[in-house]
Amino acid sequence: MNLSLLLLVPLITLTALLFCKGLKQVRSISLFGSAVQFVLSFVLLYWYWKERASGNNAAFLFEENYVWYAPLHINYHIGVDGISVAMILLTSFVVLAGVLVSWKVETLSKEFFFLLLFLGVGAYGFFISLDLFTLFFFLELSVIPKYLLIGIWGSGKKEYSAMKLALMLMGGSGFVFIGLAGLFFNTNTVDGTHTFDILQIAQMHIPLEVQQIFFPFAFVGFGVFGALFPFHTWVPDGHSSAPTAASMFLAGISMKLGGYGCLRVATFLMPDAAQQYSWIIIILSCIAILYGAFATMMQTDLKYINAYSSVSHCGFVLLGIGILTKTAIAGAVMQMVSHGLMTALFFAAIGMIYDRTHTRQMAQLGGLLKVMPFISTVFVIVALCSLGLPGLSGFVAEVTIFMGSWERADAFYKVATIVACASIVVTAVYILRVVGKAIMGPLASKEFNLIKDAGWHEKLATGLLVVAIVAIGVAPFWLNNLIGPDADLIMKNISNGMVIK
Amino acid sequence: MNYADYIAWIPLLPLAGFVLLGLFGKRFFKQYSGIIGVFILLVSAALAFYTAYIYFFINGYEDGVYQKLIPIKYVWLQFYSGTSIDMGILLDPISVMMMVIVTFVSLMVHIFSLGYMKGEERFSTYYAFLSLFTFSMLGLVVASNIFQIYFFWELVGISSYLLIGFYYDRPSAVSAAKKAFIVTRFADLGFLIGIIILAFEGGTLDFNTLIHRLTDLQSPEYIAITTASFLGISVMTWALTLVFMGGAGKSAMFPLHIWLPDAMEGPTPVSALIHAATMVVAGVFLVARLFPVFSINGASLLIVTWVGSVSALFAAIIACTQTDIKRVLAYSTVSQIGYMIFALGVARYGGEAGAGYTASMFHLFTHAFFKSLLFLGAGAVIHIVHSNEMKDMGGLRKLIPVTHITFLIACLAIAGVPPFAGFFSKEEVLLAAYNSNKAVYGIALFTSGLTAFYMFRLYFSIFWRKEQEHETHGHKLSLSMKLPLIILAAGTLLVGFIPFGKFVSSDGRTLESPFHFEFSIAPVLFALAGISLATWIYKKESGRSQKLAAALGGFYRAAYKKFYMDEVYMFVTKKIIFNLVGKPAAWIDKYIVDGTMNGIAFSTAKVSGWIKGIQSGKVQNYALYFFVGIIVLSIVILYLWK
Repeated sequence: MNLSLLLLVPLITLTALLFCKGLKQVRSISLFGSAVQFVLSFVLLYWYWKERASGNNAAFLFEENYVWYAPLHINYHIGVDGISVAMILLTSFVVLAGVLVSWKVETLSKEFFFLLLFLGVGAYGFFISLDLFTLFFFLELSVIPKYLLIGIWGSGKKEYSAMKLALMLMGGSGFVFIGLAGLFFNTNTVDGTHTFDILQIAQMHIPLEVQQIFFPFAFVGFGVFGALFPFHTWVPDGHSSAPTAASMFLAGISMKLGGYGCLRVATFLMPDAAQQYSWIIIILSCIAILYGAFATMMQTDLKYINAYSSVSHCGFVLLGIGILTKTAIAGAVMQMVSHGLMTALFFAAIGMIYDRTHTRQMAQLGGLLKVMPFISTVFVIVALCSLGLPGLSGFVAEVTIFMGSWERADAFYKVATIVACASIVVTAVYILRVVGKAIMGPLASKEFNLIKDAGWHEKLATGLLVVAIVAIGVAPFWLNNLIGPDADLIMKNISNGMVIK
Repeated sequence: MNYADYIAWIPLLPLAGFVLLGLFGKRFFKQYSGIIGVFILLVSAALAFYTAYIYFFINGYEDGVYQKLIPIKYVWLQFYSGTSIDMGILLDPISVMMMVIVTFVSLMVHIFSLGYMKGEERFSTYYAFLSLFTFSMLGLVVASNIFQIYFFWELVGISSYLLIGFYYDRPSAVSAAKKAFIVTRFADLGFLIGIIILAFEGGTLDFNTLIHRLTDLQSPEYIAITTASFLGISVMTWALTLVFMGGAGKSAMFPLHIWLPDAMEGPTPVSALIHAATMVVAGVFLVARLFPVFSINGASLLIVTWVGSVSALFAAIIACTQTDIKRVLAYSTVSQIGYMIFALGVARYGGEAGAGYTASMFHLFTHAFFKSLLFLGAGAVIHIVHSNEMKDMGGLRKLIPVTHITFLIACLAIAGVPPFAGFFSKEEVLLAAYNSNKAVYGIALFTSGLTAFYMFRLYFSIFWRKEQEHETHGHKLSLSMKLPLIILAAGTLLVGFIPFGKFVSSDGRTLESPFHFEFSIAPVLFALAGISLATWIYKKESGRSQKLAAALGGFYRAAYKKFYMDEVYMFVTKKIIFNLVGKPAAWIDKYIVDGTMNGIAFSTAKVSGWIKGIQSGKVQNYALYFFVGIIVLSIVILYLWK
């Protein structure tokens, strides 16, 4: 399969959008484009499985490698493994749902959909890149559109939030760039030059001193995207001001760019430093998990609740990466997929509630189950997923991480696991608090009686995500089989590093 | 038929019911949802009874032992340490027994609800939730893997949450549902950590392998888990205690019992199913499932014993003072589960020493009958009176004679009067306690007197005390409500005669438990004393109850206030967790972490504000800087050259 198709389809859609007139044309083209992409990602999954089943054991499949800028050894090198296939599937789900949720965006609709799909290009490119520079290029592609989406279509103190988000993510990118450049100048290929190629770097042994310097840059840089404590503060403000589809994208995909980067670049390429610094990562992520959960408990705005809970849940991703066992890494990837779907759905449901009630304050909501049963049911399902209910995706990921982290024998890791486990209680408190207040209880206002329940596009959007969440929750083995072997590869790199050291 | 051919349908049919009714019930089936639910359960229950027949009488018993069969098992989630979460069905005496109880009581409740919930707006949703619960509970009892238990453990928790909060527009129902879930979730945290420890030390999550490894005193796993210690207590004890914490939370044992009385906010048939007969005994089941491991760890068994006996006594005292009939029954449930728990605690593995295990399971079995009967009876009463309070009742015996007779049978059973079911099982529990721990026996004996007292206080307050003053209003119990009462009452009369030791014992061998006539004198006397006292005080309206309350003074008030346990919890959650942890976390995030970020941005802006003045764009300024620069440089150069 030609992987560049994954970039080509959105680019064609974007070009077509430029020639559209009116909301109707714009949204039909966007829907069509993202639906094609959605199908394409399943085709990719199918081919990927087929290749694996036929015994292809290469680390990455469907590789393509073209010289992009020879003097700096920048290549357009792409390829996928199970982890990236999972992330691509996630992206196509979220983008499609995002388009459907934004069906009624009337102000500057062309620009809105253009930017939204543009974000998608960045994400797809990021997940298939095997060249550090290309990867960085796609990472950057996805920052500026967010600024515009929040600044123009946002709500509340949107200028502040947009600026904060853009600056912090730019700062993160700056760190990432230093890390990547540091790696680049310390590589030595056979012909005596430097390389950005991930696969080649993985084969080399970067000196420990170099790793020690540049690992923190790369990890913190990507960590900013992935809401690493204490660089998570863009999350609540950014999410709460963003329009629904942008929130979905931000939390669903953008934060996963960070986690994926931490895994694929920082940990994979600098395994010794990852090993050395793992205790810091674990401490920071445990703080994020528990402290994020406690901070969530005190929030009153629905979007802030989900944003803070995202900090807590993304802490699990970083914890899984920091623990450095095969099971924990597989768990981290599952948590990325699970949280991506779940939080996108959560923001979609919150957006629908906000559209109808014009408030996101818990105190002003109540009894919504009576007036909008469909949306409320979706809200409850996603809330239960967030709470880690078995049968939905969150449980699978968290349990895998817990099991993985307990594998490490040190008492330190055990304490970290217990701290992370403790969050399940706090999560239950804040989730049931919001469900009890907003969805259940007596009807808060008589005006709510006029509310109409979800339209077809909203049902379709949420339905897609609910199906995905349930599919992972009920049958996690397919996802586990998809990403397991590649978690293995990353771990091998780490244990090789340990042997050399 | 092989087990593998059909056994999965026992849990899967209710799941199908949930999906069907949940997705389409409201639109397509409406009032037929109930019939569909009943029909599905009927098939499921028939299959469960069939399985029990085959297992106990045809092929379960081989070589003098009841076999542990696993007809179905799938790997659900593989971990790389070699362990995996499997979804499977484990058949052994207790899982088959539980399957029968769950499907049978669930069927009764399904039928009863046809009448009780008639006209309810969310009728289909109600049946969907009932099906979800039944599925989860069946998945729990047949679990072959300890994580499978946890999986369904959480699912029964959420079903309970959804059903307690069924009347979602009542704030009290919402907060009761929330409380139930959060308290049990807290307990489940212990359970989860316990599972992870056991899984790691045992190297497996599979029950049979785990039990085998951890009870084999020579196995490396056993040696590792018992020699390793944390804070001076062996890891084995930690793991089992933590697992038991999960069980105690679900079974509403002291001090985690506080959610159960509030859970009575749910529809009464739900209380009968979930909060009396099935879900709340999950903790007992869990300990029983891991009993071989518990039995070789004295410390954790001691904890089990004392938590059970304290709960039995404590809840019985509170039950004597409550005025809401469902709450009386709720505390009574806590007390009776306490019996089951301490019966396990005083038992040991194998032979006569394992009598407590059999007794516990027997009591669980009989309790399911009479307690669900009591709750359904209470439901019928509430259906007529439209109130839960004793003061609104009285003299109902002629109005609802079927309920009256069946309720009386259940009261006699729970009080332990022969020949009703509760008598036999309680007698075995007491005997086991007597042979092992006299203090526990004393508590249990006294509690059985209290049990008889509060049950008959309840009975007389509902059916006697006043003359009938309620009009019939055309409120007649429909057949769908009477039928389950009659069936359960018949069960209560009969199941006590089952020779339980033949089927269920700690080691799977048959256990002869001869009836000790001389031993049953004391418990029966205590029961009769309790009944007589209740008759004297409550049969007719008199000032005696107030006098008694006044005589007991502060103790009565403390018991009436449930020994202030709710207030303690309120204090801890609201004052400590919210104010001392949650608020500071939110504050720190806003002002310190984010403040630093904003501070950096602010100071950058400030500094650039100062610097930007220099780049004014005016040529004369630049010329000035230029000359000043030249002068400064020349001075520096001249100075350095000197």
